[in-house]
Amino acid sequence: MITRPILDAARRPLGFGRIDLRPNLYDLVALAIVVGVGVAVIHGAREMRAPLMQLDITPVSLDPSLLPEYALRTTLRMFAAMGASLVFTFMVATLAAKSRRAELVIIPALDILQSVPVLGFLTFTVVFFLGLFPGSQMGAELAAIFAIFTAQAWNMAFSFYQSLRTVPRDLDEVARHFRLSPWLRFWRLEAPFATPGLVWNAMMSMSGSWFFVVASEAISVGDTKILLPGIGAWLALAIEHKDLKAIALAVFAIGVVILLYDQLVFRPIVAWADKFRAEQTAAQQRPRSWVYDLVRRTHLIRRLALPVSWLFEIVSEWIDRIKMPEQSSRLLKPSPETERTIDILWIALVLAATGYMLWLIIDYVSATLSFDDLRQAVTAGGLTLSRVIILIALASLIWVPIGVWIGPRPAVAQRVQPVAQFLAAFPANVLFPFVVVLIVTFKLNPNIWLSPLMILGTQWYILFNVIAGASAFPTDLREVSTIFRVRHWNWWRRVMLPGIFPYFVTGALTASGGSWNASIVAEVASWGDVKLHAAGLGAYIADATDAGDFPRVVLGVAVMSMFVVALNQLLWRPLYRFAEQRMRLN
Amino acid sequence: MDAPVVSDHPLVRVERLRHLYHKGAVSDLLVLDDVNLTLKDNEIVALLGRSGSGKSTLLRIIAGLMPPSGGDVEIDGKSVSGPASEVAMVFQSFALFPWLSVLENVEIGLEAIGTPVEERRSRALAAIDLIGLDGFETAYPKELSGGMRQRVGLARALVVHPKVLLMDEPFSALDVLTAETLRTDLLDIWFEGRMPIQSILMVTHNIEEAVLMCDRILVFDANPGHIVAEIKVDLPQPRDRQDPAFRDIVEDIYARLTLKKPAPPREGVFPGMGINMVLPSVSTNRLAGLVEMVDAPPYDGKADMPELASELHLEIDDLFPITETLQLLRFAEVEGGDVMLTSAGRQFATADLEERKRLFAQHLLSYVPLVAHIKRILDERVTHRAPARRFLDELEDTMSEAYAEQTLRTAVAWARYAELLAYDETTGVFSLENPA
Repeated sequence: MITRPILDAARRPLGFGRIDLRPNLYDLVALAIVVGVGVAVIHGAREMRAPLMQLDITPVSLDPSLLPEYALRTTLRMFAAMGASLVFTFMVATLAAKSRRAELVIIPALDILQSVPVLGFLTFTVVFFLGLFPGSQMGAELAAIFAIFTAQAWNMAFSFYQSLRTVPRDLDEVARHFRLSPWLRFWRLEAPFATPGLVWNAMMSMSGSWFFVVASEAISVGDTKILLPGIGAWLALAIEHKDLKAIALAVFAIGVVILLYDQLVFRPIVAWADKFRAEQTAAQQRPRSWVYDLVRRTHLIRRLALPVSWLFEIVSEWIDRIKMPEQSSRLLKPSPETERTIDILWIALVLAATGYMLWLIIDYVSATLSFDDLRQAVTAGGLTLSRVIILIALASLIWVPIGVWIGPRPAVAQRVQPVAQFLAAFPANVLFPFVVVLIVTFKLNPNIWLSPLMILGTQWYILFNVIAGASAFPTDLREVSTIFRVRHWNWWRRVMLPGIFPYFVTGALTASGGSWNASIVAEVASWGDVKLHAAGLGAYIADATDAGDFPRVVLGVAVMSMFVVALNQLLWRPLYRFAEQRMRLN
Repeated sequence: MDAPVVSDHPLVRVERLRHLYHKGAVSDLLVLDDVNLTLKDNEIVALLGRSGSGKSTLLRIIAGLMPPSGGDVEIDGKSVSGPASEVAMVFQSFALFPWLSVLENVEIGLEAIGTPVEERRSRALAAIDLIGLDGFETAYPKELSGGMRQRVGLARALVVHPKVLLMDEPFSALDVLTAETLRTDLLDIWFEGRMPIQSILMVTHNIEEAVLMCDRILVFDANPGHIVAEIKVDLPQPRDRQDPAFRDIVEDIYARLTLKKPAPPREGVFPGMGINMVLPSVSTNRLAGLVEMVDAPPYDGKADMPELASELHLEIDDLFPITETLQLLRFAEVEGGDVMLTSAGRQFATADLEERKRLFAQHLLSYVPLVAHIKRILDERVTHRAPARRFLDELEDTMSEAYAEQTLRTAVAWARYAELLAYDETTGVFSLENPA
C-alpha cells in the first residue's frame, strides 16, 4: 500500500508540453498556408453578406479573371455546408444512438434520405430562406448552402450512428467501469472510434455534393431568378451561351479546387485520423500527407493546439460538475411496465404522425393528379431502373477485368488509385455539355446516348473497390490456381469473381445509388436553346421542377424513393448478406 | 517471502446472489444461483471454472457493470449500485483505447474523477514506472506486444488506487512465456507491498495459475453457476509447479471438477435434458485424437487428466468438453480426475475410418437425442427434408440463441462425420441424400 515516491515528471519526453518554442522553417511554410486560407475565407464571407442588389449591378459573367473568385465562393459554400453537416451529425446521430425512441424515427428517415434524391425538393426551401433575409444575398447563400447540406449530411450521420452503436464491448465496459461522464465518454471513446468512418463519409459527401452546387447556384423560383457568384452559376451561364471554352475553364477550375482541398484538408485529416482506427495491429501502409507531416514538424504552429486542449480541460471540468449527480443512478431505471407503456404510446404517436403525413401527401397529390399520373411515373421509373441495371452491368464488364488486372500490381495501383479517386470526386455533370454537343452534332438518340451520363461519375466506385478486392486476394490462393492450371472462364468463376465479390457488391451498390440521383440531371440536358430529353423518372422530376409543378415533383420523388428502397431491399441487401456469409476471405 | 497477514475484515461480501439471463417470453436462464463469497484484506482469491460457468458475470456484477437479479453485493460495507471507486478491473482483452497513448490510457480513470492535471500526470507516471513500462509513455497500444498491453491495463487499474483489484482472465490472451513473466512480476510487486491495493479477485480457467498465485480458490461449476468448493492454498510463495504439494492440489482440483457424477453418466453431463441438451463445440478430430492417445501406451486406456492436459498443452476449458463428450457418447468414463475408455471407446481407437463412422453413428443415435430427433423427422417426412430453423426454434425455447446455434452446429458437424444426414449451409435445410 505504499506508492513509490512520485518521480520527476519533467524528465520524460511527453507528447505535449515539451515542444521547442522557437519557430523553424516549417513554421514559415505552414504560416503562409494558414494566413493565405484565412484571408480567402474572410474575403469570401464578407461577399456573402452583400445586398442582393449587388448581383444586378455586377451580374455573374464569363470573365476568366473572375473565375478564381467564383471558385472560392463555391468552395466556401461547400465547406459551410460541411460544417453544418458535422453539427447535424453530432447532434442527430448521437441522439439516435442514445435514445431508443428517437432512434425509431431518425434511423428510417436517414436511411431513406440518403438513398433518395432530395434535389427535387430544393425549390421549397429556397422560398423559405429568401424570406428569412429579404434584400440580402445571405438568403440565397443560405438556400444554396442548405441544398449542398442535403447532399452531405445523411450518410455522415448514418455512419456516425453506426459507429456509436458498434463501440467495442470491452472499451464500453472500461468507460463505464472508470465512470467516465457522458461528456468524457463521448470525446475519449465514441468520437474517436467513429472518426475514420466519418472522415471517409465526409469525403464521399464532398464529392457527391458537387452535383448540387451547379443546381443550387442558379436559383429560379417563379419570377425570381438569382445567379449566385460561383462555378455552378458560371456553368449554367456557359451552357446558356453555348460557350465551350468557358466550360473547359470551369472544368479546369473545379479540378484545381478539388486538388487543393484534397491536399490541404482531406489528406492531412485522413493521415491524422489513421490513429483512431480501432485495430490493434500496426498497418503496413499508413496514409501520408505532406501537409500533415509539415504541421508535425513545426514548432510554433503546434503550440496553437495547446490552448485548445486547455479549453477542453476547462469545459470538461465545468460540464462534469453539472453532470455529476445523475452518475450513480445509472443502474436505476424506471420499471419495465412503465417503459413498455411509454414505448407503446410513443410508437402509436410516431405511426399516427407518419400516417397523417402520408395522408397529407396523398391528399396533396391526388387533388390535381389522377391514378394515370401514378402509372406514368411508375412506367418512367421502370425505364430509369432498366437504365441503371444495364449501365451497372456494362460498367462492371469494363471495370472488373481492369480492376482485377491492376489489383495485384501495387506499382500500377499506386498510380491509378489517386486518379480514380480524383475522377470520382469530379462532378460528372460538368462534363455533360461535351456529350450533349456530340449528341446534337451527330443527331444521336437521346434515349440511349444520354444514359451513360448517369454512371459517368459513379462507375469509379466499382473500379476502386475491385482494385481493393483484387489486391487483398491471398497470394496462396492465387498460387494454388496457377499450380492446378485453373484458367480462362474457370479461373474467373471459381477463383477471382468469388474472391472480389464482397468488394464488388459494395462498389456496385454505391454506383447504383449515385446513378439514381444522377438521373435527375442526366436524363434532361440542354445546350443553348436545344433541349435533349430521355424518357425516364429523372426527366419526369426535372421537367416537373422546371414547370413548377409541385404535385408531380412530390409524386416523382416518392416513386423514385420507392424504387430505390425496393432495389436496395430486393437486390443489394441479399447480395450483401450472401457475400458476407459465403465469400469472406478470413 | 511470506504472505502478508490475512485479517478478517471483509472487503467484498456477496450474499445469495442470483442472476437471470432474460430471453424473451418463454423462460429465463439461471446464470448464477445462490453465490456467497467474501474477500478479506490482503488476499488473492481465484474464481476457477470453465467458460460459460458465469464467473465473468459474477466479476462484472461485483464491479457494478451489471445489476444482479437478486441478492446483495457489498464493497467495503457499502451496497453496490453501479461502478464503485473501490474497485478497478483488468480485462482479458486488455481493452485499451487504441487512439490514446500509454500515458493517456493510464490517466483515463483519473481524468474521469476530475483529478488535477499535475497530480494525474505524476500518479500515472508512478504507476507506469511501477509496472515496468518506463519509456513507453508516448507509445500507442498498437505498437506494443500483448504482454506490454496488459501491463498498461494493470497500470490503468492501479493508478486509481482501488482497494480491490478485479482481474478477468488477465493472462489468458497471452502466450505461455509472457503470461508467466507477467504473473511473476505481479506477485513480486504484490509481496513487496508496492501495489496500492488491499486484495485481488481474479477469474481464471487455468488451474495451475490459480494454485500458483492465490491464497484461496473458489471452484465454480456451471448450470447454474455456483461455488462447489473452496480450497485454501497454504504453500509459501514463491511456489514451485514441480513441488509434490503443488501437484497434489492441482490433482485435487481436477478430481473435484470431475467428481460430481457418481452414477454412470446418462443425462446431466451437459446442461439440459433430451434434445435440449447444450452440446459443446468439439470437433470429431479432437474426439478421435484424444481416444487414440488414451488408448495408446503409456496410458493404455486410462489417463490422469492433469497429466493429459499438460502433455497436450490444453487448459480445462479445452480438455473438459472433449472428455465430457466422450462420456456422453459412452466412449469413456470420467471419474476422480481420470479418463477411462469404455470397450466401445477402445474399439473406436483401433478401427478403420469406415468402422469408426459406423460406430460413431450408432452411438450418436443412441446417446445424443437431438441428432436422433433430427434423423427421425427426416425419416418421417415424405420429402426427407427439414429446415434448420425449425430445430433452432425448438432449442431456443430452453436456451439462449448463442447456445442454440452452437448446439445445432455441433450436432450438424457430428452427424455429417457419421454420414447420417446432409445439410445445406446456404439454404439451411437438412436432408437425407448426399449432394449429387
